[in-house]
Amino acid sequence: MQKVPWRPVLDRRVQHFLDLIYVATEKDLKVRYKSSFLGYLWSIAHPLSLALVFYFAFKMIMKIKLEAYALFLITGLFPWQWLSNSVTYSTGVFLSNSSLIKKVNFPRSVLVFALVLQDMIHFAFAVPVIVLFKFVYGHPFHISWLYGLPLLLIVQFGLAFGIALMLASANLFFRDLERLTVILMTLLFYMTPVFYPEHLVPSHYRPFIVLNPMAPLIISWRNVLFTGNVNVTYLLASVGYSALAVLVGHKTYKRLSWKFAEVL
Amino acid sequence: MSQPVISFDRVCKSFSQYNHVTAGIKSFLFHLPTAIRSLRQAKYTALKDITFDVQKGEVLGIIGKNGAGKSTTLGLVAGVLKPTSGRVFVKGRVSPMLELGAGFHRELTGRENIFLKGVLMGLTRAEVAQRLDEIIEFSELGDFIDQPIRTYSSGMLTRLGFSVVSSLDPEILLIDEILAVGDMDFQKKCVARMLEFKSSAVTMLFVSHAMKQVGQICDRVIWIENHEIKQMGPPEAVTTAYTQGSEQPHSP
Repeated sequence: MQKVPWRPVLDRRVQHFLDLIYVATEKDLKVRYKSSFLGYLWSIAHPLSLALVFYFAFKMIMKIKLEAYALFLITGLFPWQWLSNSVTYSTGVFLSNSSLIKKVNFPRSVLVFALVLQDMIHFAFAVPVIVLFKFVYGHPFHISWLYGLPLLLIVQFGLAFGIALMLASANLFFRDLERLTVILMTLLFYMTPVFYPEHLVPSHYRPFIVLNPMAPLIISWRNVLFTGNVNVTYLLASVGYSALAVLVGHKTYKRLSWKFAEVL
Repeated sequence: MSQPVISFDRVCKSFSQYNHVTAGIKSFLFHLPTAIRSLRQAKYTALKDITFDVQKGEVLGIIGKNGAGKSTTLGLVAGVLKPTSGRVFVKGRVSPMLELGAGFHRELTGRENIFLKGVLMGLTRAEVAQRLDEIIEFSELGDFIDQPIRTYSSGMLTRLGFSVVSSLDPEILLIDEILAVGDMDFQKKCVARMLEFKSSAVTMLFVSHAMKQVGQICDRVIWIENHEIKQMGPPEAVTTAYTQGSEQPHSP
């Protein structure tokens, strides 16, 4: 057996942690889509078909008065799809890796991290589609993308990871949480300004939008991607929710993770 | 002998009964009083007052009936379970040899699974890559290594699993009834590999129902009966007592 060349202890531990995330993410990507090009199509097919349905319903039938409605739709639906996938799939993450969790001692949160990262990669690959739509509509591009996109990526990663970690941990103890999650996500989808702009919400309901943790983030995405403007209030609110989600997710995980092997 | 690498000091492990909880929020709320009572009181004792030490390089066999607490013991050593009371001390990297195909993903190829499992067991990807050829050679899988492992037979899965774990420079090796599958030739090869480990001072915990292999490999054997240590000592004495003990109920 060959000996590993000597490396500083911390370096090796960091390297190992990165490798853990790497193999777990690679596994998810490979399993979900066996061939890379078809996989890419799948990742954008769902939000695009949703966009088509809403375009048909609201633009062609209800005659909503919004310019570039198709672009408007995908700038909300693509980020929503990432959020929704990460949250919905998270409930099964630990359950589907039960044999591993029962035998091997490794940081289990890596599994959730990989799930969210994988959805983020899909989202990143869908951004060119948004660019294409902008071209088609003759929309200008904005300087704010340079800082807005990376910032929102981090904020959304935090929000999705925090919620996913919490649900994945709690679902081991309350197994019907996954059903509840699916229902809640459907409700949240309609309560979040994804396919309608927030200014169409009647003014006396508008203050309540901020109570929905998903809403400020989706509004911020829409602002940056569609108009290039940044609404500081919504942006700050989304950062706040993201930080809160990470905190709650981490606490839940810390509290419950040592019992995972017992309940599986 | 120097200080032990594994030490159990009056270890007890009991499990809460989670069935009221895992049935879901709905059932938990509908049966709230019973559910809370069962969480507080209903405990299943898996291990009672277990004390033993394992020295570096020692091979300890663990035998006993199904459900006696053998796997719980390994879980405590691996660090996936925490003792309810008492102290578990483990020094070194623990490599559990998992049951059939655990830690593998069915859709990935054998080669991809080697990386997945190797990294999960604590090595970096570069370290796994260094050992890749050796692992593939030992597994005798040949061209199958690039096929998804859902096409593998159970013997092939065992071979892959054993090859990965045994090639990863284990310090403490946990083997849970893994040698029961696989053909005779491969079993012999595994036993040979384990004897090799033994001579290079790898500590091993070996759970098995195959008394012959236990006698062949182990330095010492613990017999766990009803969640307690019934007997601990040299392999021959303990396995003989165990075999006689488990035969008794059947004889008229």
